[in-house]
Amino acid sequence: MRKPQGRLVTAAVWLGLAGLVITPMLVAALSPYLPSREFAYIASGFAGILCLGLFLVQPLLAGHYLPGLARMQARRWHRRVGLGIVIAIFVHVGGLYLTSPPDTLDALFLRSPTPFSVFGVIAMWGTVFVALLAAARRRLGLDYSLWKVIHHGIGSIVIVSTVIHALQIEGTMGNLSKWVICCSLLLVTALVAVDLRLLRRSVKARDSQQS
Amino acid sequence: MKIPFYNRRSFLRTASYGVAGLGLMAGGVPAMAQSFAPTQTMRGGSNNYRPNAPLVDRLGSGFQMSGIVRRAGTGEPLEGVRIQIWAATTLGGEREPRNHGSVLTQADGSYSLEMEQIVPNFGQPHAHLAYDDDDFETVFLRPVMPSASDTSLQADFNLAPA
Repeated sequence: MRKPQGRLVTAAVWLGLAGLVITPMLVAALSPYLPSREFAYIASGFAGILCLGLFLVQPLLAGHYLPGLARMQARRWHRRVGLGIVIAIFVHVGGLYLTSPPDTLDALFLRSPTPFSVFGVIAMWGTVFVALLAAARRRLGLDYSLWKVIHHGIGSIVIVSTVIHALQIEGTMGNLSKWVICCSLLLVTALVAVDLRLLRRSVKARDSQQS
Repeated sequence: MKIPFYNRRSFLRTASYGVAGLGLMAGGVPAMAQSFAPTQTMRGGSNNYRPNAPLVDRLGSGFQMSGIVRRAGTGEPLEGVRIQIWAATTLGGEREPRNHGSVLTQADGSYSLEMEQIVPNFGQPHAHLAYDDDDFETVFLRPVMPSASDTSLQADFNLAPA
């Protein structure tokens, strides 16, 4: 049985995370731009904001930092959230296409006048690549540690590109909540990368030397 | 003629006069610098264009779109030139018919159109303008507003004869 103190920490962590993910969407729901936008455009925007939140959860699940989740559960949720990100990106780009096909095609073919679209496209293809590689890792017989390097590397590029993409966009998101989630995203990604790739590896290496 | 920089002190003095003179020229005579080069079509300028938007007196109120249309090269103001304007506004997106209208230029080459407030669309608050008739080369513009709270925007055309 767990100590009440532990339960308090668990509740605080999950509440904080939920707040970080949900607040930007609540703020965007109050945006004065929404009434003049069609449904597809609104859905597209919220799918993009949801992606920021899901990206924040992914490294935390990968490193098993979230209390109350067993390792296998965290792993399973990492996969589910990954699938959720792919779907959200599809809704994001699909909604933009329904709103304005020429603007969306310009972005996809890298001829858009807006500087942020190229970062969105990088993040999109990066996510597709990471997801496909994760799904096909065993079938391809890919070495686990090599796959991990690729997964972490491309994943970090996706997150940095997403943050640049989001920060440059003037849309329904509130400025403060956008900066808070983007900074949290970069911070969490950096901390988890250091922990997984440097700290835990050296611990593992030391353990295996001792045994 | 005396060579102006034969020692360091006079070189510095001459150089400072030169720099000051250049600064005056750059700030003082902008009219001479204008060559009325043909306005180039901007990337994405023609997106969501609906040819032959009807001539309108206004498309709404609160936002002023304006500019001057000149002949490229000479800078002569062009009268009676049709400029087509569209943008995402509080009425709806760029494909909303109520956000499309055309105006004709006055004798001084100026045009203006009052419309609803332009709102950010696809990440930037911007308008679209087109010159797409027979007498001059077609030009599509996509000017971006410095701030989404701006209530006016200016876009000038220097049109090259077709």
